[in-house]
Amino acid sequence: MNFDFTEEQTMIKDSVSRFVRDEYDFDTRTKIVASEEGISREFWSMFAELGWLSVPFAEEYGGFGGSVEDIAAVMEELGKGIVVEPYASTVVVFGGLMAASDNESLKTAVIPSIIDGSCMGSFASTEAQSRYEMSDVATTATACDGGYKISGEKTVVANGGTANKLIVTARTSGDQYDRAGVSLFLVDAEASGVEVKSYKMMDGQSAATVTLKDVVVAESQLLNAAGEGMDLIDQVMPQILMGLSAEALGIMATLNTTTVEYTKVRQQFDTPISSFQVLQHRMVDTFMACEQTKSMLYRGLCQAGEDDRHALLKTVHALKATVARYGRLVGEEAIQIHGGIGMTDELNIGHYVKRLMMINVTFGDGDFHQKKFNQLAYSA
Amino acid sequence: MDINFSAEDLAFRDEVRDFFAREYDSTIADQLSGAQGTDYKGAIVAWQKKLHAKGWVAPGWPTEYGGTDWTATQKFIYETERGLAGIPDVVPFGLKMVAPVIYTFGNEEQKARFLPRILESEDWWCQGYSEPGAGSDLAALNTTADYAGDNYIVNGRKIWTTFAQYADWIFCLVRTSKGMRKQQGISFLLIDMKTPGITVKPIVTIDGKHSLNEVLFEDCVVPTENLIGEQDKGWTYAKALLAHERTGMAEVADSTRLLEALKQRASVEVNGGKAMIEDPIFQMRLSDIEMELMALEYTELRVFASMAAGGMPGSESSLLKIKGTEISQAIHELQLQLASYYGGALPDDLNAEQLRHDFAFEARGKYMYGRAATIYGGSNEVQRNVIAKAVLGL
Repeated sequence: MNFDFTEEQTMIKDSVSRFVRDEYDFDTRTKIVASEEGISREFWSMFAELGWLSVPFAEEYGGFGGSVEDIAAVMEELGKGIVVEPYASTVVVFGGLMAASDNESLKTAVIPSIIDGSCMGSFASTEAQSRYEMSDVATTATACDGGYKISGEKTVVANGGTANKLIVTARTSGDQYDRAGVSLFLVDAEASGVEVKSYKMMDGQSAATVTLKDVVVAESQLLNAAGEGMDLIDQVMPQILMGLSAEALGIMATLNTTTVEYTKVRQQFDTPISSFQVLQHRMVDTFMACEQTKSMLYRGLCQAGEDDRHALLKTVHALKATVARYGRLVGEEAIQIHGGIGMTDELNIGHYVKRLMMINVTFGDGDFHQKKFNQLAYSA
Repeated sequence: MDINFSAEDLAFRDEVRDFFAREYDSTIADQLSGAQGTDYKGAIVAWQKKLHAKGWVAPGWPTEYGGTDWTATQKFIYETERGLAGIPDVVPFGLKMVAPVIYTFGNEEQKARFLPRILESEDWWCQGYSEPGAGSDLAALNTTADYAGDNYIVNGRKIWTTFAQYADWIFCLVRTSKGMRKQQGISFLLIDMKTPGITVKPIVTIDGKHSLNEVLFEDCVVPTENLIGEQDKGWTYAKALLAHERTGMAEVADSTRLLEALKQRASVEVNGGKAMIEDPIFQMRLSDIEMELMALEYTELRVFASMAAGGMPGSESSLLKIKGTEISQAIHELQLQLASYYGGALPDDLNAEQLRHDFAFEARGKYMYGRAATIYGGSNEVQRNVIAKAVLGL
């Protein structure tokens, strides 16, 4: 039994941690968010040099050969700085799907460019009507000479505005809600017929509406067999959800620490407010919430290395539901205990909370995942 | 990260499972249920004697006094298997509470006199800590032991004394002098329950049962040889014991078994012809608990892993106690909800067969008595104080 990160994992975790502490203070982040592109290309190149962008990829593609544990280690530290550079969308989500693809020539072409920082990627799956159901796909991919023509509209595509490459879900067969018939295409953001409209989200990150109009893609751009895209998504989703949850954990831990420290310096009624038992007990509850979330994440990380898929899926759904529930608790308590100052845009607290809120709705909120959990756990 | 056990540990687990399956039969379980006409004391003593014959009754003790030489991992496995099998823990007052104080702070005569009889379940012990005016604020205790030559003269009242009605001995915190602080001047005294002047008064609890008591001391003469360690240093010994009491209170294995039983019942109990477990709202209530328990299982494993690596259980045990008791109470609440009307029926009036909901009595009893879990062993509010101070530095 062992709950420690390996020496290698600790090294990369420490390296991200140092970056956040020394180079990514809240002012720096605020300036980046206010900049035109909303991210720092300079930092992105640095991430590449430090090897962070290579984490989930196999060594044969020039990767670090890391596991979901490595991803979690990096994401937790990035969360502590609410780093806005698109690590989750490019490396964890887009990269995760690429890494799981069985299209060797595509992988050989794309993965090295993720690792060297030249390619930012994004996963274009959501549609206006689809909410969290990934298989609700109205975007169509119609077979044409040597490939497919894709038409449809994708909404709130995370970091779609900065991505050079998109993985698009499009229907090659079946009806709108069918699991079968969803295909995954790699689409160049510059391709003819692709229109990207980017907008800022409340967490300082950007999203885009991507309109595809008769976009021609070669068959060789399919990540796996046509119509079987959902299998690939399902395969990668636990890792994605654990990565996002690790980021949330880093945010929750930071909110808790910041709040506890604040109560020790904030004086009211001639005494630090940390001396009030009513506040102490609330902070104990948020501390326990964070510990329980961490335990659920570790449960997932342990089970990811085992063969019991059913158990892993139960845990991952429970994890995302836990992150939703306890993330909200930790966030709301941080604002409440800070008092008036917690309401200000100037203070970092609210920005941490807003990133938690966006993580909550990314790939399914708490209720969505708890319902999935219930189906796995209680349906005969 | 992994939670894999070594081959030796897995072999040990099989040995424990095998022993429990062979030796713990349903007649013991029936007698331990506390239902009318059963013999709780006889049954638990018989079970403890079986454990002692196997050498497993006191895993926490040093081997020189009759403990096992188990590793931390083996102790963890043993406790987990016990919980999953639905086997009650040994009565803690002798084996887990007073014995560690005796072998840590007692003299050689006391060790020789008391430890073997505890190990063999010959003496039944109870705990004389709480008083009407000293609950969470234990150090406010007021039972006095006045020094008089070779004896102490003890006067006062102890309360919430579990199983005092069965006890041969009681270990007490008594006030031997008034110190600067109320923690000073407290002594740790062992008292024979047959001492003239002791009266045990039953307290019936809200589950309708009798396990708690009030114990009154009127001019009880207790020989000074029954004092543990030094006079006026009892608080130190008691604090060491409290940390002992708080470890292992997450009871994950027990809650896991109870939750499985609850799910089974929810698939039998129907509403409008449909099993309750298919009801979406009931499912949400179930998974609220189950998810919390899944996390707690790993919290417990994390604490255990750090202990196995040589760490000491500190404030983590407070977290385990709070979450563990909250979860077990939540299970009891949902169980009682599932029992609906039948949870309200008294066993005197109807029997389970007539009700056709055979878990309902138990559901009510567990719910009612289960309210105590967040009160005893240091109330959950006190545990929050511990975490606030020790972990958050508040």
